[in-house]
Amino acid sequence: MSELTVCAGGQAGDGIASVGEAFARSFSRLGLHVFGMNAYQSVIRGGHVYYLARTSPERVYSQGDGVDLLYALDRATVEVHAPGVRPGGFVLFDPEKFAVTAADVPAGVTLLGVPTLEIARKYTTQSILQNAAGLGAIAFLAGIPLDLLHEVLSDSFGRKKGEIVDWNLGASRDGYEFARAHATPHPAAIRRAGPPKLLLTGNQAIALGAAAAGLKFLAQYPMTPASSIMHWLAEHSHSLGIVVKQAEDELAAINMAIGASFGGVRAMTATSGGGFSLMVEAFGMAGMTETPLVVVESQRAGPSTGLPTKTEQGDLNLMIGAGQGDFPRAIVAPTHPRDAFLLTKRAFELAEAWQTPVLVASDLHLSENHATVDREELDLSSVPTSLFSVEPNGHDYLRYQYTPTGVSPRSFPGQAGLQYVAGSDEHDEKGHLVSDVKSGLPKWVAERARMMEKRMHKLDGLVAQAPRPEFEGPADAPLTFVAWGSTVGAVRDAMRALAARGVATNLLHFPTVFPIDPAAVRAALGRTHRTLLVEANYTGQFGRLLRAETGAELPERLLKYDGEPFYPHEIVARALEMLNHGGK
Amino acid sequence: MPAPTGPALPLIGKSDTRPTWCPGCGDFGVVAAVEMAVKKLKIPSQDVVIVSGIGCSSNLPHFLSSYGFHAIHGRAIPVAEGVRWANHGLTVLATGGDGDGFGIGVGHFVHAMRRNVDLTYVTMDNQIYGLTTGQASPTSQLGQKTKSTPTGVIERPIDPISLALASGATYVARGFSGDVKQLADLVAGGIQHKGFAFVDVFSPCVTYNKINTFDFFRQRVYKLESAGHDPSDLVQAFARSIEWGDKIPIGLFYRVERPTYEDLEEVLTAGPLAHQPAGIRGDSAALLDEFV
Ligand SMILES: Cc1ncc(C[n+]2csc(CCOP(=O)(O)OP(=O)(O)O)c2C)c(N)n1
Ligand code: SF4
Repeated sequence: MSELTVCAGGQAGDGIASVGEAFARSFSRLGLHVFGMNAYQSVIRGGHVYYLARTSPERVYSQGDGVDLLYALDRATVEVHAPGVRPGGFVLFDPEKFAVTAADVPAGVTLLGVPTLEIARKYTTQSILQNAAGLGAIAFLAGIPLDLLHEVLSDSFGRKKGEIVDWNLGASRDGYEFARAHATPHPAAIRRAGPPKLLLTGNQAIALGAAAAGLKFLAQYPMTPASSIMHWLAEHSHSLGIVVKQAEDELAAINMAIGASFGGVRAMTATSGGGFSLMVEAFGMAGMTETPLVVVESQRAGPSTGLPTKTEQGDLNLMIGAGQGDFPRAIVAPTHPRDAFLLTKRAFELAEAWQTPVLVASDLHLSENHATVDREELDLSSVPTSLFSVEPNGHDYLRYQYTPTGVSPRSFPGQAGLQYVAGSDEHDEKGHLVSDVKSGLPKWVAERARMMEKRMHKLDGLVAQAPRPEFEGPADAPLTFVAWGSTVGAVRDAMRALAARGVATNLLHFPTVFPIDPAAVRAALGRTHRTLLVEANYTGQFGRLLRAETGAELPERLLKYDGEPFYPHEIVARALEMLNHGGK
Repeated sequence: MPAPTGPALPLIGKSDTRPTWCPGCGDFGVVAAVEMAVKKLKIPSQDVVIVSGIGCSSNLPHFLSSYGFHAIHGRAIPVAEGVRWANHGLTVLATGGDGDGFGIGVGHFVHAMRRNVDLTYVTMDNQIYGLTTGQASPTSQLGQKTKSTPTGVIERPIDPISLALASGATYVARGFSGDVKQLADLVAGGIQHKGFAFVDVFSPCVTYNKINTFDFFRQRVYKLESAGHDPSDLVQAFARSIEWGDKIPIGLFYRVERPTYEDLEEVLTAGPLAHQPAGIRGDSAALLDEFV
């Protein structure tokens, strides 16, 4: 597979994310697939940040394993990233700022000093313009046509016109020409591969999926890496007719969303682990009152405040266990922005159909990084079906009626004759409390048990309707990866790298991590020879869940908890080790 | 979703559930006053939603024939806000105790007032935790001995009226469940008021608060309207709000007209959210163009 990876690095405040995104967007406009990883820190200025834009005509699912074109805005970038530059690659820097010598880079890597500051000074005293010169030079090496780069740059300024835009176009042209005069393009330089693709983050895909599913109300409290869901929806609030409320805290956010859902609209909240910890009690209330609710939990490295800008899949135990007592829930786990769109839509449908809370388990790696999607993969046209099925009759309405599925007819305020009280206390079919003077009396003891069974019965329906575990790759491979969520991306890329070396592997992944059908999962695992569980947490939380649900032990595990996403080579190395040393 | 149809039902009344409060509990007066107020305003019961938290007082929604949401402790207000924003054609009340509203839920209380969401919030302030059998509450008086403070409370109480005035509430009143008629008028005034209406009610807990009893209040309360108070004057309202001792004012402290959250939230100007179409309408291809 031909691929090319560009890396831009520097300090926070240097504009690295915009530079990186300009590369990513140039590639996607040329019809190439992209994975764009924006690695940043919890500082607003200084530190070390970088953006990796990996592109290929085939779909790329992760940031990959190397760099071909490194644009270093500071010396630290050279130290951190130059060792990873592949032969044939370039390291681009401005000799006016710092020196780089052949000793700093691997053999076969070309150093290209570009006078980016000098170019910038032609136009302005603002040194940020050096980025445009660097962009131009890298664009030449990458094979990005200058006019396309100019289009991307102009668009990034939106409706802003005037000298800033002209300076950027000028400086990038100068950088481009400088590189043309002093170098030849990288051997893997790209070419147009088709019509433009869409480039979006997991959070944008979640927001879009929610809107397509009929979201009308979002309440959220800012927390990385979930905040950009609110940002996107707030930006489009008026055109989409969605109320976006920044709440005073996560307690309010989830309770507002529950109130809105009860009041008759599709509602969602989004947060990270810290915020979800605060939401736990209300999450259970959605279960108890049988109020549909979608909660996006975008994980970051914990525990506690943890690493706010780094990724992990460490909140699965929390999501599985959130809330006192037992109540039905589902947890879907997208692997890529394309799934994030689809699974968020599904989450709304499941929440609605089963009148219970559904979690969308994302993480920083999925939520904040860019990937390409084809337009046809995002179906925005479907019109959400009506939320409520009860015809007013004015008599004997039982909001929590026992039914074969466990789902009861739901009315909404304003409907005459169907008034009820949704109670967080245990209640009977009518919604009347059985928690005070009735509790403990034989009739109501039985009633309580029956009401528990009614609610929990909905899990059977959820298992049947939620997306099932999926195999990818050749059947009967000697090694099967077991993974969920964003980690699946690196596994897919690792499988491709292994296949290129003649090693067949496949993948069993779980778009729904809870609930699962134990018999089906046992049967799927029965079709594997050896397994390798890959997840980004310390204890193998999903492995533990699988064992609890199915009795299946997955003894071989590749776990990561350093805050960084998986790199395909780590998975490849472990797979080769297992297959070479671990018998046939 | 189409606007709701169907036969208009009788106005609000008692539900088929009887209160389980202790005989003599102040909350009986409050539920009676809420019923009177809603009836008087002739709001059909299907258009009323009463949201509460947890506590003896928070059982109130079960005893009336409107829609209700009996939420978790301290979260009546955010649930009520959500209901209101989902459908601002509804009349939404939040009810609960002083622990619910000024203890665990105090953050929501303050924010709801500053955003002037159009709710009526009625607190049954018995200055004690009733349901958990008599611990100190945020409004228990200094020195009061309770199960959790056997040698007396050593924290100054919150004054809900001053807090509401400082937080930007646009209708601030205090009632007494020993005067159901006045209380019903205050609640009705709150419902009619466009914006956040707060009615704090002295609603004695006859079981666990032996200090702030019906008699305690009967001997001390006086009516603001008969004392020449001007409810449009914020400074006067603050001055009255800190009166405590032999004479304690009840009635309307303050009222002002200000745009509500719903007025200012542009999406809601197109009508109640629940009646607006859902999903992506219009040019969805254009929506995707931003990702090219
Ligand atoms: C999160 C949580 N913490 C504690 C409780 C226990 N609890 C129930 S009601 C209550 C306080 C009751 O006092 P108040 O709100 O003043 O209502 P009252 O019973 O006096 O009417 C407490 C602490 C709970 N239900 N939930
Ligand atoms: S304990 Fe107090 S507040 Fe609770 S019902 Fe009895 S009198 Fe009322």
